[in-house]
Amino acid sequence: MVASHTIVNEQLETVTSTYAQALNAALSQEMRRDARVTLIGEDIGIGGVYTVTQGLHDEFGEHRVIDTPISEAGFVGIAAGAAVAGLRPVVELMFADFALVAADQLLNQIPKLQLLSAGRYDLPITIRTQQGISGGGGPQHSQSLESLFAHVPGFAVALPYSAADAKGLLTSAIRMNEPTIVIEHKALYFRRGEVPVGDYAVPFGQAAVLRHGTDVTLVAYSQAVGWCLQAAEFLAERYGISAEVIDLRTIVPLDIESVVTSVRSTNAVVVVQEAGGMASIASEIIAQLHEKCWSDLLTPARRVCGLDIPVPYSRPLERYWLPSVQDVVDAAREAVESK
Amino acid sequence: MMHRIRSFESHCERLFRDAKIDGAMHLCAGQEAVAVGVCSVMTDADALSFTYRSHGWALARGISPVSLFAECMGRRSGVSKGRGGSKHIGDWSRRILPSNAIVAAGVPLAAGVALATKSLGEPGISVVAFGDGAVNQGVLHETMTMAALWQLPVLFVCENNQYAELTPTMVMQPVARIADRAAASGIPAVRCDGMDVEAVRSAAREACARIRADGGPVFLEAETYRYSGHMTGDPQKYRTTEEVDRWRTRDAIARLEDRLVEAGVPHGALSEVRESETTAVEAAAIQAALEETPEPAEIWESAPSWSRATR
Repeated sequence: MVASHTIVNEQLETVTSTYAQALNAALSQEMRRDARVTLIGEDIGIGGVYTVTQGLHDEFGEHRVIDTPISEAGFVGIAAGAAVAGLRPVVELMFADFALVAADQLLNQIPKLQLLSAGRYDLPITIRTQQGISGGGGPQHSQSLESLFAHVPGFAVALPYSAADAKGLLTSAIRMNEPTIVIEHKALYFRRGEVPVGDYAVPFGQAAVLRHGTDVTLVAYSQAVGWCLQAAEFLAERYGISAEVIDLRTIVPLDIESVVTSVRSTNAVVVVQEAGGMASIASEIIAQLHEKCWSDLLTPARRVCGLDIPVPYSRPLERYWLPSVQDVVDAAREAVESK
Repeated sequence: MMHRIRSFESHCERLFRDAKIDGAMHLCAGQEAVAVGVCSVMTDADALSFTYRSHGWALARGISPVSLFAECMGRRSGVSKGRGGSKHIGDWSRRILPSNAIVAAGVPLAAGVALATKSLGEPGISVVAFGDGAVNQGVLHETMTMAALWQLPVLFVCENNQYAELTPTMVMQPVARIADRAAASGIPAVRCDGMDVEAVRSAAREACARIRADGGPVFLEAETYRYSGHMTGDPQKYRTTEEVDRWRTRDAIARLEDRLVEAGVPHGALSEVRESETTAVEAAAIQAALEETPEPAEIWESAPSWSRATR
């Protein structure tokens, strides 16, 4: 009864590829489609640290795949100016942690640029970055920072889990005329999935129900979706609990309606994320559920999050920091049993 | 044009005192020659990025006094529809990026416009004006590095008005001349007297010609002085009135008028220009005050469709 981890229309022709290859396909297809799409970032000419831009420099040349010095504030600002003046830049920030070096451009500049001009213009800039834990990155290479970009208004924010969504959401992001940020997960890059070949765009603001269930709703995005799918499997086999799994796919816009619809039938919810819980997406989802369907919840909404302390290096500490599938199972059981 | 700016700034001072203008305002009286001199050699294809001390550049680049006053007064017909105020003046139909209230933040934006211009094979260069304080911001140096590496058509204009906010510029500069700091990126730099519109115009003309011919960036430092404080209400404890008076003897408007008289232009013609500009600015201030303020619901007009329209 496990639904496909990807939600590819069955009529589409697909190919098995990694998340990184799927992103690469989105980039190369959009670059072929539109000569204004220009990549800007550190070490992207030789393919980038996670191989996402592999081969693109050879195909499109140094003027479309622009290697930069290690100057995040500078090249993010340059990309924003280029977006005003007619390019469609796709910026790679090697680690989300490095986005903080460019925080002024990302949070003070880009979100306000369209507001402050008599002559209106589109601002088709896409920021690609990756975040999260994948083993020993330490506190400055492992953070999950999505709530910063959701909190300061101005970016549409996607966090793909499946390889198909990685391609489809990045494609949509590049085609949108507003600033977008696609936050990839470093632990997902080499995970395989079925990915549609050819033109494939997944719209922002549409969550996907990856598994139907009746007892509890598990809500997640990015890597945490995988934990929820595993937990749902285990809950069904071991405890006979039927869990519905929703992949939000984008947090701005946030498809809260899909979550509300699910909660109206399951009457219980657990929100799962890798980021710490303080002032986070989980906080926001639970607040909105309370506003929209408080009376449908027969048990308090629960969340399973990372810890609100910097991510440690040592494996046992790092492992402890991360939420586990068992944490999700425990929270879901607690929710169902207390209804 | 220098009269227009001078007169605009004195009206702003009064309007601020009368609480017709909100927030803090940063006036440029004294610095007119820099904006006017540089803009006089720009073409319609050239882009401009500038700072919160915005009025001189905005007027010199062709924004009307009435839409600038209206923006300062938060009116719907303001150049940024009342979204930005005095600090944020933008009009992309004239290739003017919004002026920036974060020191040096407009610099990479201008270089980005230059990158797009170059990459799309369009004509035009980018001019970015910033103050002496911006020279201590990392992003300026990051941008100069990339502009030099990629040979972007950018004119970096440093308006050295002697004070970085409330601190004398040279207290915070490790070298005697700001222009020397461009050498670290291999960018050719020139200095000019920013209290002399002809000197600015000639230096800017030469710099722009070089950029248009060679493609790469040039750095121009204009030494100037602001007669007002950093912002409206600044008690200016960091300088003496004698110092201000000393700089006023180099006033750009007076010097140009003296030169014109020497060249045979009658006094009457000069006072006619002054009067017509000051009358027009006064009329613009009166007109802007009559313009409507926006309705609260208009706040959603430029918001993305997914914004939560609830509190």
